[in-house]
Amino acid sequence: MPAISMKVNGQAVCGEVEGRTLLVEFLRDKLGLTGTHVGCDTSQCGACVVHVDGKAVKSCTALAIACADADVVTIEGLAKNGKLHPMQEAFREHHGLQCGFCTPGMIMAAVDMVKRLGKKLDEDTIRHELEGNICRCTGYHNIVAAVKAGAASM
Amino acid sequence: MENFNYVRPAKVADAVKAMKKAKDGKYLAGGHTLLPTLKQGLAAPTDIVDLSGLKNAGVKVGAKSVTIGAGTTHAEVAGSKDLRKAIPGLAKLAGGIGDPHVRHRGTIGGSLANNDPAADYPAAALGLGATIHTSDRKIPAEKYFTGMFSTALKGSEIVTAVEFPVPKKSGYAKFPNPASLYAMVGVFVAQLADGSVRVAVTGAGPGVFRAPELEAALAKNFSAKALDGIAVKAKGLNSDMHASAEYRAHLITVMAKRAVEAAK
Ligand SMILES: Cc1cc2nc3c(=O)[nH]c(=O)nc-3n(C[C@H](O)[C@H](O)[C@H](O)COP(=O)(O)OP(=O)(O)OC[C@H]3O[C@@H](n4cnc5c(N)ncnc54)[C@H](O)[C@@H]3O)c2cc1C
Ligand code: FES
Ligand code: FES
Repeated sequence: MPAISMKVNGQAVCGEVEGRTLLVEFLRDKLGLTGTHVGCDTSQCGACVVHVDGKAVKSCTALAIACADADVVTIEGLAKNGKLHPMQEAFREHHGLQCGFCTPGMIMAAVDMVKRLGKKLDEDTIRHELEGNICRCTGYHNIVAAVKAGAASM
Repeated sequence: MENFNYVRPAKVADAVKAMKKAKDGKYLAGGHTLLPTLKQGLAAPTDIVDLSGLKNAGVKVGAKSVTIGAGTTHAEVAGSKDLRKAIPGLAKLAGGIGDPHVRHRGTIGGSLANNDPAADYPAAALGLGATIHTSDRKIPAEKYFTGMFSTALKGSEIVTAVEFPVPKKSGYAKFPNPASLYAMVGVFVAQLADGSVRVAVTGAGPGVFRAPELEAALAKNFSAKALDGIAVKAKGLNSDMHASAEYRAHLITVMAKRAVEAAK
């Protein structure tokens, strides 16, 4: 089996993978970073979103081996020194979750959104930008409110 | 998903060689069609030849044409400032493919090689009369799209770039399937440098096609009003749980009007 290395949440990691090993499998099964979720088999739900070289991607739809040497950030990499990231804090504050399954992907997508579009986001933009993230619980209302507030405080 | 050998060559010639050597090989670009297909067990290649090592992403805008490397992501196409000036309809189309995460990985080469009947890029390629550059030759869009999920590509041939002529005006409008985000109907309109008008339709039929009745009306008068009362025939269009052929036919004229209104 080929061995790969990459940077995950600022730390150098390495491990053996098969060709077919998905990035999300590498993160969850090899590295034990189970904050990244798998919610579908069709690349549609966004529960698995992580940042690869600074861009939000669905880690269920990328081969680990193709991400060798990449710089990966997962939900576990957002909090610093025991303090939640402003976007995480905003989801807590605004009840942007119920079961929480979609939340890691939502937050990684939201942080990426702010990086690309800035801190001032209107509701239409947020809803449109979240097309790749599905939530079965909340009806999105509080997620949108959380993203708006989190963006402003980033 | 079955396991496979994985290689990531740095040169087109090496990628072709690797594909020729493979028992049942598949090229991988952004993986946003191929990996879901493998996960569902619809294909089980013995070898994956990853084209990302070719590093051929990039949008080059010239006076008469724009050349986009096959490995350019949808987000890179949508984000190109030069392209937004030269072919606004194409930049807008790329920005409306799937969702932000899909656009960060999916590529123009992968989309054109796949030729999904509901994909967006085929409409721009046929609507502008693009030329597909491959490892072996240059193929005009007219000859490239040969039906549902089918193209003129042969065996181990690789799409390397796509060249689009710079039109006077271009616009794209799509009615997305709200679940998949693919086009239920998407219409690309272009008024080319020589004044001729082309209209290409995706999502509505078994493959991308031109709409001569709309082209004729727009050639006389390039305005949404010129399409009033012009109906496209439903015969041969897709009918499924999302929309009947009649509804799709109706949507073609509606989307064509919106594309003309949006054309810049
Ligand atoms: C949730 C979701 C929503 C989507 N929504 C849309 C949408 O709204 N509109 C739309 O158009 N598409 C949509 N797509 C598809 C997306 O645009 C894909 O990225 C695209 O169809 C394939 O490009 P890829 O780079 O991912 O190719 P891959 O999946 O890597 O490859 C696709 C096929 O092309 C072959 N191939 C790839 N590159 C080359 C090449 N250079 N030369 C020869 N063969 C090659 C591969 O062998 C494979 O058979 C969506 C996908 C997902 C997962
Ligand atoms: S698990 Fe990746 S999109 Fe659903
Ligand atoms: S909070 Fe349960 S899926 Fe979103």
